[in-house]
Amino acid sequence: MNKFNLNNSYKAVVIGGSAGSFQGVVKILSQLPKGFPLPIIMCLHRLKHVRHGFVEALSLKSVVQVTEPYDKETIKRGSVYLAPANYHLSVELGHYFALSTEEMINNSRPAIDITLGTCAYVFKDKLIGILLSGANKDGALGMKQIKDRGGFTIVQEPSECMIDTMPKSALAITQIDQVLKIDQIVNFFKELDKLYR
Amino acid sequence: MQDIDIADLKRISELIYQKYGYDFRNYAMSSFKRRVLRIMDLKRFTVEALIRKLTESPEFIHEFLDELTVNVTEMFRDPSFWRIMREEIIPAILLNHKQFKIWHAGCSSGEEVLSMAILLKEMGIHQDVQLYATDLDTNILERAKSGTYSIKNMELNEKNYIRFQGAGSLKDYYREENGLAVFNKELLNNVTFRKHDLVTGEIFNKFDLILCRNVMIYFNQTLQNEVLKKFHESLFKYGYLAIGSKESLIWCDYANRFIVVNNEEKIYKKIKD
Repeated sequence: MNKFNLNNSYKAVVIGGSAGSFQGVVKILSQLPKGFPLPIIMCLHRLKHVRHGFVEALSLKSVVQVTEPYDKETIKRGSVYLAPANYHLSVELGHYFALSTEEMINNSRPAIDITLGTCAYVFKDKLIGILLSGANKDGALGMKQIKDRGGFTIVQEPSECMIDTMPKSALAITQIDQVLKIDQIVNFFKELDKLYR
Repeated sequence: MQDIDIADLKRISELIYQKYGYDFRNYAMSSFKRRVLRIMDLKRFTVEALIRKLTESPEFIHEFLDELTVNVTEMFRDPSFWRIMREEIIPAILLNHKQFKIWHAGCSSGEEVLSMAILLKEMGIHQDVQLYATDLDTNILERAKSGTYSIKNMELNEKNYIRFQGAGSLKDYYREENGLAVFNKELLNNVTFRKHDLVTGEIFNKFDLILCRNVMIYFNQTLQNEVLKKFHESLFKYGYLAIGSKESLIWCDYANRFIVVNNEEKIYKKIKD
């Protein structure tokens, strides 16, 4: 038994973050175990009208190249995806992405609730959801949907967050399995990776 | 918020198809589900109440379609796309035709049509181009025809126009009236607005350029494939097709009848009949 009480049945990891999450995400991606088997799907708040630069900045130190998926692109194991600017990112039952330009949610497009919620619907209890630093409540509802469908939930330790509204909103409305600092999340990925070897 | 399962979503799309002829059966499930839930939320309907309303009140279909379809758009969305239009695509068409036709497929509230009209005006060729703007939602077509937008949207539209590096100011094209931006009527005098459903509609004309950006993202791959065939048939040989920056044609049967002209802005050219 490992310390996070995990097993190797998980099929995907989804990460949400906003203000103050960039450094944390970079750290997680830069220390990701080589050949980490699960797809990592990220929805991070970003400038709506800047299409370029973000994915490149994230990829710079990442172990795996980060890509912004095309509409209807199939989710591949071991890949790292980022919701593109000015689109909502959903996951469909056939394990592929779908983009949309619907209304903003929580003043955001991409909205974390949409990515987390659709992942929860598709992956059910085979999903790990992680919510990082951020200045609004986007993502809280998505984390609740992940928990309600039996997934595993992690939020960044609020005291470590640049802005703790986001993890605190999730903690307020649903059960969170682990409250971790970024370094512990890095370790979490290493522990998880071992279970798939 | 309520939830709805796939069986009920299928009941609803089947009902709309059988009773009204609109075919949402091959729409992407995640967004279709959000749209239906949104209507249930707005109208405080349960699934059964919604189905009853659709069955018993034919006039409700218009409101339903208006809420179901996504009508969020901007003028000069992706300014770099519009710069390429002005600097490469339109000049390339002009090499061969002094007069030509453009189709805005799924035009929604008309922001892209208006953007194109302004672009053509600034190129001095506005009267040489016939624009066709279609949508399945008649309410939204009326809004598009009016060329009138909430003033609160104009800040974003202005920003896009500045990034597009237009010839003047967007303000040159509209006046403010009761919190609305009312665009010069003359801009739309070369536009034919008509109701047309991409899924069930017939081929109705031939074009030199088709714009259909961020419309097919609401379709599943089966439907994207069918719609691409229609676009292929509606284009003259060497005509252009523009789709959204994060859309792709590569998995469609007809993909090999097009070449990529600009991969960044997703502009394709038909090279084979």
